[in-house]
Amino acid sequence: MKALRTLLVGFLSLVPVLPAAAADHAVLDKAPIDNKDVSSLQRGAKLFVNYCLNCHSAAYMRYNRLGDLGLSEEQIKDNLMFASEKVGDQMVVGMNGKEAAKWFGAQPPDLSVIARSRGADWLYTYLRTFYRDETRPTGWNNVTFPNVGMPHVLWELQGQQELQHEGGDQKTEHGAHAAPKLVLAQPGSLGSKEYDAAVADLVNYLVFQGEPARAKRVQIGIMTLLFLGILFIPAYALKKDYWKDVH
Amino acid sequence: MSKTAALLQWIDDRFPLTSTYKAHLSEYYAPKNFNFWYFFGSLALLVLVIQILSGIFLTMHYKPDASSAFGSVEYIMRDVPWGWLVRYIHSTGASMFFVVVYLHMFRGLLYGSYRKPRELIWIFGMLIYLCLMAEAFFGYLLPWGQMSYWGAQVIVNLFGAVPFVGEDLAVWIRGDYVVSDATLNRFFAFHVIAIPLVLLGLVAAHLVALHEVGSNNPDGVEIKKKKDPKTGIPLDGIPFHPYYTVKDIVGVVVFLMVFSIIVFFLPEVGGYFLEDNNFIPADPMKTPPHIAPVWYFTPYYAMLRAVPSMFGSQFPGVVVMGAAVVIFFLLPWLDRGKVKSIRYRGPKFKAALVVFSVSFVILGWLGVNPTDFLGKVGSSDLDTATLLARIFTVVYFLFFLAMPWYTASDKEKPEPDRVTG
Repeated sequence: MKALRTLLVGFLSLVPVLPAAAADHAVLDKAPIDNKDVSSLQRGAKLFVNYCLNCHSAAYMRYNRLGDLGLSEEQIKDNLMFASEKVGDQMVVGMNGKEAAKWFGAQPPDLSVIARSRGADWLYTYLRTFYRDETRPTGWNNVTFPNVGMPHVLWELQGQQELQHEGGDQKTEHGAHAAPKLVLAQPGSLGSKEYDAAVADLVNYLVFQGEPARAKRVQIGIMTLLFLGILFIPAYALKKDYWKDVH
Repeated sequence: MSKTAALLQWIDDRFPLTSTYKAHLSEYYAPKNFNFWYFFGSLALLVLVIQILSGIFLTMHYKPDASSAFGSVEYIMRDVPWGWLVRYIHSTGASMFFVVVYLHMFRGLLYGSYRKPRELIWIFGMLIYLCLMAEAFFGYLLPWGQMSYWGAQVIVNLFGAVPFVGEDLAVWIRGDYVVSDATLNRFFAFHVIAIPLVLLGLVAAHLVALHEVGSNNPDGVEIKKKKDPKTGIPLDGIPFHPYYTVKDIVGVVVFLMVFSIIVFFLPEVGGYFLEDNNFIPADPMKTPPHIAPVWYFTPYYAMLRAVPSMFGSQFPGVVVMGAAVVIFFLLPWLDRGKVKSIRYRGPKFKAALVVFSVSFVILGWLGVNPTDFLGKVGSSDLDTATLLARIFTVVYFLFFLAMPWYTASDKEKPEPDRVTG
């Protein structure tokens, strides 16, 4: 019986840990983010409202939720609110979705839960792999998201990258470039390390925005497990005591 | 007579309170040798209660409307006090329900709990399992994400594969030509009231039938055969309350630890309990490249994909998938063994059960992944995953179809007279 149980557990552990569904894009860089780094989250929030929140909404997110990042309502109002009046408002944009679809080919998606559907690593890689491509209507293309409708909004920070192919302009059958290499042709206002750090801040914020309750969730989780751990002791003792006369 | 005793007498004269309590708890004699596997029945009941309670609170804030459903879930996650907790409890509970029920069913296979005289318990249990699948399917549409939408689309299209009436049937189920607001509304009705009502009735029937014949045990012997001549109580029986109530409390605490680890630290379970794509609002114009049902349906989904379409119809696959579930019902009559428990079964049954369990897990793994994830067989056009799915589908069915022969000819050990502890 024991052997059978061991066998079953063994077979169950053969089930792979990660779904293979994520395998449809290039290798992703690990996002160096820390959800406890409040100043990183604040910088990310600032980047978000400055650069993203013009075309993309975050309609399920309220401005006053930024209070979770250690900001007062006054600070939120003075530094982070450009599009609305009340701190209880949701982060919506004035841009008309249908018009936007005409301009960009697709309506810019809402970013409330983008970190939950795409994942932090994808966002971190995506925002760092834009390159100049004159064949695209916007003049920009992206290695992580080929032929994306979005232009490189952060180009002033990163500068302009170009895609160079080693050994000529070869393309594989899937349309992906063989051994593509991004080269910074024209530097931006931030150095390459600083830019990566800024993107990490932004992604850190997007992860927070995807689930503002996360910090509280983990905190309560620890308390809950402690409680259950303690509860286990009397529960087990009670069982032992009742069962001592069962043979 | 004290006042409480008088009150109890007053009630008992009008309602069978004391006798019901005795029949189902304090004088329901369960075998004393229940092991680890016997926790999952009471845990299934616990998860049912968790799902109903968390579901009630979700219903207070959720909007079954195609234009606001996705937003209302995010509203629950952000603006409703403790909404995130209730929602994660409900989404975790859905998957854990299947974990617990699959282990509970496996226990039945191990110890022959479906055998005479417990055939009806098994049938009620299988009906509960069917209800649970329907409940999970209807509920999964409600968050109105991409996987909700396209998962529902795929499953409803299965009905569309039924010859002659299929298309009309699919339209009748959806209430529209595509999955739409009308579909969402009716699925909501099914999820919050229709199926739960049936489920509760079946759970009651499952328990009444169990308490009528008495519980099986890891030795598969009937404890009612050896009773104390004076009291009429089975010699190997102990009252369910307090013995198994205090034991189940320990099981509940351990289960809640596992449950809490998921709810509080990994609510998505790497995309298995909450799929990444379901954080994208449903878009009828955009089919996701890879549509996979949630993990608990994937063994059947793998079978569906394994069967090639015949005469341009997916119907054979649908039939195989349906048969894979329905065949469980026949188990009490397919098993010709003389003993019930795996402890006294012969090598043939033991091998068959291991191979069957492995097939089920592998089919589940194949169903999670796209069909091309293992490449092609040699230089042929056939996907390796499809070939594997075909092999294990056959193995899955052989476990049932060959059962009358391998159980009847198996070298079984003699059962003991009494339970062995």
